[in-house]
Amino acid sequence: MTIIFYIIQKEFKQIFRNKGMLPIIFVLPLLQLIILSNAATFEIKNIKFAYLDSDHSSSSRALIQAFEASTYFNVVRHFSSQTQANEAMLKGEVDVVLAIPSHFDRDIQKNKQATLGISINAIDGAAAGVENVYISQIIQRFNKNIKTTQLLATKPSASTRNVIETIPLFWYNQTLNYKTFMVPGILVLLVTMITLFLSGMNIVREKEMGTLEQINVTPIKKRHFIIGKLFPFWILGIGLLTIGLLIAKLLFHVPMLGSLLLLYLYTSVYILVILGIGLFISNFTETQQQAMFVAWFFTVIFILMSGLFTPIESMPKWAQIITKFNPIKYFVEVMRMVMLKGAGYIDILPQLGKTFLYALLMNTLAVWSYKKTE
Amino acid sequence: MKRFVGFVKKEFYHIFRDRRSLFILFGMPIAQILLFGFAITNEINNVNIAIVDHAKDATTTAIIDKISSANYFSIVQIIEREADIPAVFQQGKIKAILNFEKDFSQKLITNQHAQVQIITDATDPNTANTVSNYINAILQQYQKQLNHEVSTPYQITPETRMLYNPELKSVYMFVPGVMTIILMLVSAMMTSISITKEKELGTMEILLVSPLKPFQVIVGKVFPYIFLSIINAIIIVLLSIFIFKMPIQGSLFLLGLESILFIVSALALGILISTISTTQQTAMMISLMGLMLPVILLSGFIFPISSMPLPLQLISHIIPAKWFIIIIKGIMLKGVGLSFVWKETLILVLMTLFFIGLSIKKYKIRLE
Amino acid sequence: MEQPTVITVDQLTKKFGAFTAVNAISFDVKKGEIFGFLGANGAGKTTAIKMLIGISKPTAGKANVAGFDVTTQAEDIKKNIGYMSQKFALYDDLTVKENSAFFGGIYGLSRAKIKEKSNELIRELGLQKVENQLVGALPLGWKQKISFSVALLHNPKVVFLDEPTGGVDPITRRQFWEMIYKAADAGTTIFVTTHYMDEAEYCDRVSIMVNGKIEALDTPQNLKADFKAENMNDVFLKLARG
Repeated sequence: MTIIFYIIQKEFKQIFRNKGMLPIIFVLPLLQLIILSNAATFEIKNIKFAYLDSDHSSSSRALIQAFEASTYFNVVRHFSSQTQANEAMLKGEVDVVLAIPSHFDRDIQKNKQATLGISINAIDGAAAGVENVYISQIIQRFNKNIKTTQLLATKPSASTRNVIETIPLFWYNQTLNYKTFMVPGILVLLVTMITLFLSGMNIVREKEMGTLEQINVTPIKKRHFIIGKLFPFWILGIGLLTIGLLIAKLLFHVPMLGSLLLLYLYTSVYILVILGIGLFISNFTETQQQAMFVAWFFTVIFILMSGLFTPIESMPKWAQIITKFNPIKYFVEVMRMVMLKGAGYIDILPQLGKTFLYALLMNTLAVWSYKKTE
Repeated sequence: MKRFVGFVKKEFYHIFRDRRSLFILFGMPIAQILLFGFAITNEINNVNIAIVDHAKDATTTAIIDKISSANYFSIVQIIEREADIPAVFQQGKIKAILNFEKDFSQKLITNQHAQVQIITDATDPNTANTVSNYINAILQQYQKQLNHEVSTPYQITPETRMLYNPELKSVYMFVPGVMTIILMLVSAMMTSISITKEKELGTMEILLVSPLKPFQVIVGKVFPYIFLSIINAIIIVLLSIFIFKMPIQGSLFLLGLESILFIVSALALGILISTISTTQQTAMMISLMGLMLPVILLSGFIFPISSMPLPLQLISHIIPAKWFIIIIKGIMLKGVGLSFVWKETLILVLMTLFFIGLSIKKYKIRLE
Repeated sequence: MEQPTVITVDQLTKKFGAFTAVNAISFDVKKGEIFGFLGANGAGKTTAIKMLIGISKPTAGKANVAGFDVTTQAEDIKKNIGYMSQKFALYDDLTVKENSAFFGGIYGLSRAKIKEKSNELIRELGLQKVENQLVGALPLGWKQKISFSVALLHNPKVVFLDEPTGGVDPITRRQFWEMIYKAADAGTTIFVTTHYMDEAEYCDRVSIMVNGKIEALDTPQNLKADFKAENMNDVFLKLARG
């Protein structure tokens, strides 16, 4: 038992003596948490908007004004020819061009019908879709508010209109604050990456240096050695989580509705999974570079398929099945459920159970595949 | 010159004998492209919703039918009591709940006004907003049907053209991004590790004492990775053309040149990292933590830069990946030539020269 | 007086696929002996040692170290041996004292014992001034001596040294061998591999491996007589040429 203590002591000494790594382990991730939580958003804002007004009427000006007033669009240019507009699109100077035809006003007054030309840079398909929705909304509103010189009789049918009033309610995040959604997720990411890479590379490093062989010649039991090795990184992970939660609360005002204890309980088990994976990787690689590569490979795939940036429901069935084996997915779910919805022990039992089994599996595999004698 | 060639050969041997790393070097971009092409998407699909129906009459049933026939939604649960809603959300499976008030049809006919709540789990605000809008749109459609609605007096019809990507395929946006990430990470990371490894092992000094000039040592080390990265780039482009049918509108030659420019800038960055790292571990962690996340998140790859707060937009200017993404999107999807991306190209060239200059300076200091 | 046998090796073999690194070697080592295990680089020395210290399983044959079988009782062997690898595997980012305390702890020594032994180590090597310095900053010769002393911390019956004197100056090498003599006098059996043939003269008995086989096994004097050689270097050359 004391032997484990000796290993742990040595590991901590080595971690804290590595002056170059300390800022990378602590400062860098937290810096990233702060910066990147601000960056990660799918909201569409500041859309570069331009118009080509061939009508120059009060109607066209009113329409342009409607766009100028919108917070989503920045009116950056106006063109006098379609060629100009096309070139600007190619250069990337504008993303949306509104082309108002020369008979716009006349069409509205006389025929009560008019068309508009809209060009949207659709390279980002999802963004283009959203931009289109915003444009349609503005046009519809404009549609309703048009005043004409001719008075119209109120339509008799208006009085028999049945109205279904829809009330949208946004629970847990009334302001639709994207940070509330992203910060817990990014924190998961950082804790995962740091613990995985450090644990994965650690044993391989000793392999490369020759000290692992020295250890294998001592009578130390496999499991003592491994526990001693991984424990400091477990502490590190919890430490990172703590500081990250503080930042989330103080800087981003992310709500903490659920039990903090529950969060720590879950994270403790989760980190064991990650450490097990790191150890497993290090048993099968010879150099630090290899270990890091393999870890990187799986990390990127796991992150992309974790539901952190894109919803899992949107993935095809086969991809959804793969995500069932992704520990990060469960962590992200639990973080959001506990922090933002106040979910309790019972609610996260399925995730907790699966993660626990995963931890058991990975660590058993890792210990079993570590050979003191070849 | 012969010495130099011999040195480069040794570097190639190092790389090609390390099967595991090689596998990942090439497997990674392929896996990513496939994932992004087939699995990662922001579109809304298969959203689970639940219904609380206090009325249970003809109208509500008709509305529920209409919603369940829309492909985006699956109605998976009927909730009997409103008080059960929080528990349902907490379980995490349901994203939206429709709550019809009592005597819905009746109220509609008598008072011409009935209420339904669209309650969404807004922990994911993006999905919540979109789902809410979709459901609302369906309800508005139903309302129109109900009223045999005459169209509003004025009808302005927008004719919308989606440029460069008419089918709104998400792959179009992701492929340039993935290519950028892979090139940058592989080049920068591999280079920094390779050089730092020699430093750590002590063999760097041997190299520096050899007749090879320091500049030859660096170039020799870096050369194989240019080669590898180019192969990676070609694989990615081929995959996108043949599997995703993504057309390359512009000049392949220009694409190639710009890619090489970017690769060189990433390599220069890698060299810079190696000058400030003493151990492989440090080099790796800096490349990963200091490079990967910022590049993914601030380069405009997934999240639009224009939506970020101003300070971050400014920071994104110093990330070479951001400029390269603009360039390849332009060439691949818009089909533009150099005249349209010369500005971004120039910036990349300047950045590369800066990195190289800085590295040379740091190495000179080291050698003194 | 016959000393008990501490190491017995019987037809020990190690194959890697089609390649036989160690080819049915057999020998004994007595307690307190300084046994030199010689051979050129690549002759199979390190592979053989790895089997004897229990980190590599033999393909065939048997061996007994300190009373335990290398194939079935590897962990018991490890309790009774010390090892110094070619890389002097100490932790560069720990101090002399810390390295000593760490390995002492791993071998199960009590805190008091660790303290006593560490101080002894530092005193004997004259490292008082640098006891709190990181090992990585110390010169090679010192690392070597520290490595050896650490290997002896838990009073093992046998100490295995794999090329322990690589890369240090002759004076340091001489000093190192003084340490080896001292340990042997105290009853520790020394099993040392080296490719410095002059060091062979310091051993009680010497075996010479060529391509996985033991081609000679005797005291240095006898070998020189048998091969009509002036020194061990010549013995080796004559052997290697076949």
